[in-house]
Amino acid sequence: MADQEERIPVMQQVLDNPFLLLFLGITIPTVIYLMWGVMEIANIPVAH
Amino acid sequence: MSAILPPSERMWWNQPIDKLEFIWIAIALVWSLVMFAMMIWWHIYGNQNLANETYKTTKEMYAAKAQAVVDQYTVRTGDDTEKQFPIVKPPAGSDIYLIGRLWDWWPIYELEQGKTYKLHLSTMDYMHGFSLQPQNINIQVHPNYDHVIKITPNQAGTYSIVCNEYCGIGHHTMVGRMYVKKGGE
Amino acid sequence: MATTYRICPRSGLQFNSDAEKLMRWHAVAGVLSLLVGGIMALGVILTRWPAVKLLEADTFYMVLTAHGLNMLIFWIIFFEMAVLLFASSTLLRCRLAMPRLAWFSFWLMAIGAVMTNIAVFQGESSVMFTSYVPMMAKPHFYLGIILFAVGALLTCFIFLGTLVVAKSEKTYEGSVPLVTFGALTACIIAIFTIASGAIILIPTLLWSLGYIREIDSLMYRTVWWALGHSSQQVNVSAHVAIWYAIAAIVFGAKPMSEKVSRTAYFLYILFLQLASAHHILSDPGLGSEWKVVNTSYFMYFAVFASMIHGMTVPGAIEQAQRLKGYNKGLFEWLRKAPWGNPAFSSMFLSLVGFGFLGGISGVMMGAEQLNMLIHNTIYVPGHFHATVVIGTTLAFMGLTYFLVPVLFKRELLFPGYAKIFPYLFGLSMYMVALVMMGAGTLGVARRHWDMSFAGAPMAYEWPGAAYLMMGLTGIFGTIACVSGGLWILQIVFSLLFGKKLEEGEKLSMPIPLTLPAPTPGGAAHPPATPGTMVLALIFLTAFILYYFVNWKYLSSLWGMA
Repeated sequence: MADQEERIPVMQQVLDNPFLLLFLGITIPTVIYLMWGVMEIANIPVAH
Repeated sequence: MSAILPPSERMWWNQPIDKLEFIWIAIALVWSLVMFAMMIWWHIYGNQNLANETYKTTKEMYAAKAQAVVDQYTVRTGDDTEKQFPIVKPPAGSDIYLIGRLWDWWPIYELEQGKTYKLHLSTMDYMHGFSLQPQNINIQVHPNYDHVIKITPNQAGTYSIVCNEYCGIGHHTMVGRMYVKKGGE
Repeated sequence: MATTYRICPRSGLQFNSDAEKLMRWHAVAGVLSLLVGGIMALGVILTRWPAVKLLEADTFYMVLTAHGLNMLIFWIIFFEMAVLLFASSTLLRCRLAMPRLAWFSFWLMAIGAVMTNIAVFQGESSVMFTSYVPMMAKPHFYLGIILFAVGALLTCFIFLGTLVVAKSEKTYEGSVPLVTFGALTACIIAIFTIASGAIILIPTLLWSLGYIREIDSLMYRTVWWALGHSSQQVNVSAHVAIWYAIAAIVFGAKPMSEKVSRTAYFLYILFLQLASAHHILSDPGLGSEWKVVNTSYFMYFAVFASMIHGMTVPGAIEQAQRLKGYNKGLFEWLRKAPWGNPAFSSMFLSLVGFGFLGGISGVMMGAEQLNMLIHNTIYVPGHFHATVVIGTTLAFMGLTYFLVPVLFKRELLFPGYAKIFPYLFGLSMYMVALVMMGAGTLGVARRHWDMSFAGAPMAYEWPGAAYLMMGLTGIFGTIACVSGGLWILQIVFSLLFGKKLEEGEKLSMPIPLTLPAPTPGGAAHPPATPGTMVLALIFLTAFILYYFVNWKYLSSLWGMA
């Protein structure tokens, strides 16, 4: 069993790990959409 | 019933992909990248890109700027169907301020075809939707933000500005106007 | 409260008693929300039909708010929670993690849904589904949504917990089924969605109570859409999972490739949520770089994934049918499909409508510049009625036909209606989506009481074609509402008065799954799928043509920079 586990391809291991997927699925949109977006809004210059 | 059962091959990652399926994947990937490139290409070569130029402002400051332009360039006052709003004809290249408020677009601008103006958009209360008809150009307008868009009208005519962001009970009466005249008229 | 298990004699599925009861309650709560939303839909459609104009403006906006919330949030998410419970405890044949907490979260959701509905029908919270600031609703409007969201979030964690239970108790071997993987995708997106909703709605609640002076409208829109749009991406993941499930249940179809389908879901997990930017493309303040990267799901990777699912689902059906001997020509497999089986016909109409109407229109208007042609016009509801009604709701309704005997243990009443329902409802919704998109192309505004602008001195005159399309929206929308209403009656009557079916064997311990041994040799060479490929190429052609026609239209507009 042990050496069978070892031979499982890396991508299959990634897709079999729900918590790794959860981490990726939360982090990517939080960084690219929310944080980047909020920073853009916060950096809008003030009119004179 | 295999989609509702665990994969029958333990090493499903190593299973070969069907040839037609693979061809479709390649086609879909190419098309996805074409669409991505299209937006960037249009930024470089296209003439219709929504400006990013935006400033934080206040309602008072924005209204004062709009009032100044109206005071300087009003050519006449509209008749009843124009709500007796000032009709403002600023020179080409100027900053023109449009105010969205419950439930008007104020004032009425008269522009010259083929000339460029810096159109400013902001609101005095809720959000409103700038929907220029029959062109069908639609832009979201926020309070406290001054959005500056360089516009170049390419056709003379009478245009309507419909509000297309829900703004309360009188939303459907919120229609403004803009005139575009040929040069020399 | 000992947990028991039963094996359904009709489907062979094994239900855990806690999970089964929860699934039933979630499904019923969902259908009740659908009922409220459906009645509201009739009010909306009959008011926007220019010749009818049923409701007064204030009632119309109240009804529209209720329609949006009940359909887009309550119906869909209640049903999705049932799908999560099914995909975890039933498909993995295990006990449910923390059943008491699951009930607690169900009741949170139910109380939240009722509370928000009360706020809306009291009439002072007609702020639309989106509740954009600075338009303010009553505090219990926001509180209800927050409670509902917290409940849904807890159920998502119960789903994840159940995956852990199944793995540690070894109720399955290897990887989870593809449908469970699809449900996991939906769950992950839901967690992001709900967290974003909390980030923005909790301050908005405090603002409504008077503790916070101001909420920035641009900030609100940006964060709110991470809730509003991503929650619809939960639907996409869930209904794609249901397509795979129905293909498996009806045809015994095996995914063409586990690797391809799961990688496509993986792309959803990574990028699908970015599409929240679709709503911000015509807003000030956010740069084009942000808009382009987000609106394109990084680089259209999620569209790429959807195009893959769009081919692999019918492809799997084609393979299964060809293995059964339907091998003549390109399309015998499709012609000989069980078109009278409502689970299949719903699923197929859902797939085709979602792709051709919802998918193409969504990608078109999600292009940064093209969005200016579409933003806030009735094209937008046209698009999302193709995705959420034809794509999600129709798939859920089709699955419900399967669930009545299997989950509720009742015989379906009026089976004749079940045969025609998917066509009646599905095709009328096709028309609704099309004519709304047509009217939107002419500029007609969404969320608008009167397209003739009664009382506006500077009224704009829409072209006659716009009136025609809005009239057709009314006609086809009414057909859809009535047929959907009959569907609800059929389901409710079946649950109450349908003949009780036998429960099946009761067990105190779950029986773990035993996999059929991999077919040696034969399985490696499943039949080719030329018919599906032809369908996919037709789709691609329509997609490309429509996409570039809109760029052509854009190029004729005023110059803007």
